[in-house]
Amino acid sequence: MLIRTPRASDEKEFAVTPRKLYQQRRQFMKQCAAGAAWATAGWLLPSESSASLIPSNPKRSPYSTTEEWTDKQAATHYNNFYELGYGKTDPSRRAHMLITEPWTVTVEGHCEKPGTYSVEDLIRSEEIEERIYRLRCVEAWSMVIPWLGVSLGSVLKRLQPTSQARYVAFQTIMDPENLPGQRRDVLDWPYVEGLRIDEAMHPLTLLTVGMYGKVLPNQNGAPIRIVVPWKYGFKSIKSIVRIRFVEEQPPTAWNRATPHEYGFYSNVNPTVRHPRWSQRRERRIGEFGKRPTLMFNGYEEEVASLYAGMDLSKYF
Amino acid sequence: MIRPVPWVAPALFLLCLAPAVELAHGLYTNALGPNPLETLTRDTGKWTLRFLLLTLTISPLIRLFQWQFLLRYRRLLGLIAFQYGTIHLTTYLWFDQFFDWAEIWLDILERPFITAGMSAFVMLVPLALTSSRWAQRVMGQAWKRLHRLIYVSAFAGLLHYFWLTRADFLEPAIYAILFALLMLARIRRTTTVSAGES
Repeated sequence: MLIRTPRASDEKEFAVTPRKLYQQRRQFMKQCAAGAAWATAGWLLPSESSASLIPSNPKRSPYSTTEEWTDKQAATHYNNFYELGYGKTDPSRRAHMLITEPWTVTVEGHCEKPGTYSVEDLIRSEEIEERIYRLRCVEAWSMVIPWLGVSLGSVLKRLQPTSQARYVAFQTIMDPENLPGQRRDVLDWPYVEGLRIDEAMHPLTLLTVGMYGKVLPNQNGAPIRIVVPWKYGFKSIKSIVRIRFVEEQPPTAWNRATPHEYGFYSNVNPTVRHPRWSQRRERRIGEFGKRPTLMFNGYEEEVASLYAGMDLSKYF
Repeated sequence: MIRPVPWVAPALFLLCLAPAVELAHGLYTNALGPNPLETLTRDTGKWTLRFLLLTLTISPLIRLFQWQFLLRYRRLLGLIAFQYGTIHLTTYLWFDQFFDWAEIWLDILERPFITAGMSAFVMLVPLALTSSRWAQRVMGQAWKRLHRLIYVSAFAGLLHYFWLTRADFLEPAIYAILFALLMLARIRRTTTVSAGES
């Protein structure tokens, strides 16, 4: 009989992995990997917490068009969002680079309720309605998109702007460390936009948190943006972090870059010549032919009175 | 002198056609994104400029490295550039304007980038028409003078690209720098040659 005196460095009996468990080691590794992938996916994909804001059965709106929706794949993979890149497919490819949590919107300027608000502070789930709007890009293409949001005016009223608030200025997130587009000076970052207070208060102007029944994809301006359907797309500023009530007309990003091409108002107008694209016609994404562009993108009846007496070729 | 390898010219020709084939295939399989006609116009425009720049690279290479055999492929590259330019123009006339000639004429007058692009193409037409060996022989010195139009055409093409760009000037800037270098190589040659002659 062999009598062994165990050395101090020898494995103790209880420390040895049971054969049965040892034989399952591959499965164990797989489970670990799956768990890690699950955790990463939860972190990368749009989180469900902000999705809880989106009602499953949103109110319909009389402002909705009955036109056929643009294919969702197109609306989420053909984007101008220069913070995520200057090509049309860059924003969807790099959507994960926009960090939307945590997110706050700073409200400041001439109002009674300045402060820092969360998206949920500004928008209540039960108020959200679906608005199917035409979207007309200044590049002469257009889409029809079912947005989810509330009238910006109803939110602004709660913030109680004072009589000095003649304009509303908006600012997109500034995060050059994560947003590759902001690392080059193609625009004067951060992206800023503005509306006259009556434009901002107009019931068509939508403070938007979702599209196609879901929370906004990052490339479409998550978590909160505005949609101004009678103006060229670049006025509908994305991923808003700051709302400021001001007295003077605020600077706007594209106007600063190329003032003779992009005016402050930038209302869709087929009669105002543009040095780059004829605005008389547009291509609805998904269609072969072109269709005539409508005055105020077809919202003339609703918004023309805002500009009564103004020379729209001067205030383009 | 290096003997001509018979399969090089056809192989190069097929290689030059690859981008066009890829675009046609993409169009057919709906792989050009949500706005395929825009992709087609933009990409054929870029290939026109790239092949114009390639064509302009031949002469400096011959002079620098005595690679006389390259001369054989210059005509091919130039004609390929013209081919992409023709497709590019056609996509504009068709998919952008649907052959609305009044609108096209207005566009040429109103939009400097269209004016530049259209001039760039028009200048390539006589070059393509006189690209044959026969024309080259018959025209002699006049052929050389005429074909210097490619410099002006490429310059107009670059202007076209710059003027249509909204904000990201990286790619047109790269092409412009390459063009400037290629032109510089020619100016230096001209001055050294004239200095040597005097």
